[in-house]
Amino acid sequence: MNTVIRATGLQKSYGGQRVVDGLDLAIRKGECFGLLGPNGAGKTTTLRMLLGLIAPDAGSAMLLDLPVPQAAREARIRVGVVPQMDNLDPDFTVAENLLVYGRYFGMKDSEIEARIPSLLEFASLSNKRDAKVPTLSGGMKRRLTLARALVNDPDVIFLDEPTTGLDPQARHLIWQRLRELTQQGKTLLLTTHFMDEAERLCHRLAVLDNGKLISQGSPRELIEQNIEPQVVEVFGETSGAWAEKYAAGFSQRFEVSGESVFCYVKDAQPLVDHLQAQSALRYLHRPANLEDVFLKLTGREMRE
Amino acid sequence: MSSHYFALPRLSLRFFPIWQRHWLVWKKIAAPSILGHLADPVIYMLGLGYGLGSLLPEMGGMSYMAFLAAGTVCYSTMNSASFEALYSGFARMHEQRTWEAILNTPVSLDDVVLSEILWAATKSLMSGAAVLVVIWVLGLSHSLMSLWMIPLALLIGLAFAALGLIMTALAPAYDFFMYYFTLVITPMMLLCGVFFPVSQLPQGFQIVAGALPLTHAVDLARPLMNGTVPPQAMLHIGVLLAYALIAFYVSLVLFRRRLSR
Repeated sequence: MNTVIRATGLQKSYGGQRVVDGLDLAIRKGECFGLLGPNGAGKTTTLRMLLGLIAPDAGSAMLLDLPVPQAAREARIRVGVVPQMDNLDPDFTVAENLLVYGRYFGMKDSEIEARIPSLLEFASLSNKRDAKVPTLSGGMKRRLTLARALVNDPDVIFLDEPTTGLDPQARHLIWQRLRELTQQGKTLLLTTHFMDEAERLCHRLAVLDNGKLISQGSPRELIEQNIEPQVVEVFGETSGAWAEKYAAGFSQRFEVSGESVFCYVKDAQPLVDHLQAQSALRYLHRPANLEDVFLKLTGREMRE
Repeated sequence: MSSHYFALPRLSLRFFPIWQRHWLVWKKIAAPSILGHLADPVIYMLGLGYGLGSLLPEMGGMSYMAFLAAGTVCYSTMNSASFEALYSGFARMHEQRTWEAILNTPVSLDDVVLSEILWAATKSLMSGAAVLVVIWVLGLSHSLMSLWMIPLALLIGLAFAALGLIMTALAPAYDFFMYYFTLVITPMMLLCGVFFPVSQLPQGFQIVAGALPLTHAVDLARPLMNGTVPPQAMLHIGVLLAYALIAFYVSLVLFRRRLSR
């Protein structure tokens, strides 16, 4: 299949600290690819190198068959970007934001004006056309940022944490729109630390930690390759004592986090039977998900 | 610092949509902006012109008010470009992240910095022209030569916009700009012949003044307002151009370094 974004041995250090460390990626045309990782894993720096905004210290990057940063300008004509923090023009209305942004791509005003109604419709902002940006809600601003990234009808869209800070309704609307974009054949590269977002949207994922790629595959592959299929979470004041005595006997792997014990098991039935007899403990039995994989791969300690 | 920071500017016409953006923002606040361009310099010119002018028979062969008029155009264009490049430029680069949004498109940092300089110079042009209109209305200049003040305002604007952007590239926050205004802009206003001839200053100050861009601006402006060809015009134009070009390059190198993170 056609590779539209390729990183080969990408490396970047800031102040002696390696932020991206020998990264290889190949993102195919038409897929939604997710970069996962804790804060400081190197996700945003990777995006900036792939966009040709900063030069790597070593390695190379190709965007839409063009080498970046050398030919970044040509490549970015066919790219849209949704940044992590909103940078809409606060002095302008919704429609003016789209018009002014389209001009940066060398588009004619008439060409942009013709696209504005469909962009507003896509962003569910048709009735906000002449509203000033500061009057919009957080969700509306994000949708406008998404519409702005589409003004040049790009083939590839970069999204840096597209739903951070949004309420569930606003997130679901964004997800729906992103799915529509992949159905139209656009390639999406997004960073997130919401596992449900990654699981729902992304065809393939790469987990980054300390600038290194530590696992890659479809959400299902990542779960199958990295973790037991069933999880039983055990809660209660006595859970620690219980874990010491029994957890290893019933599970392939377990982790204690505060008053919760996470038991990763192939077959949960014997453990569930056992727990039903323990009146002081509560438990939750569920299939393993991406968050379990993420925590296993990147650890439970805080990253700040 | 990596070597690519020092590459020569690569300029293109892609700066123009950014200039258009700034223009569209300005149009929304045109009325208070024009008032701002006018109020401060005109009050200075009239206050000092009438107040001090009544005590001084003449200065440099003309009425004190007429003497002041040329200096006023120069320092008001200097101020417009400086405020735009420092405060508004910093807002666009840092606070509003406008630059970040633009840099995600096929526009380069070189284009963005060029557009900032040209926009700040545009503000200078508007401010210089506004003061010039007042001067004409008050009958302080009768010569057609004073029309040359319009391109001169643009040139002064380019030089101070570029100098100001060096500060913007270095600034951690808005407070930083106080140093520039207190240590650079205000001394220039007082040393460079705006309110009295540089020749009144002690020798040492005269040498310093001779190196400052505003002195060269005033040396061009005053004869033009009076209807004569400025002596050593090419030298003065050359100095202002050199300030503009060198400061543009320095600011670009600093912005490249700052935004490479």
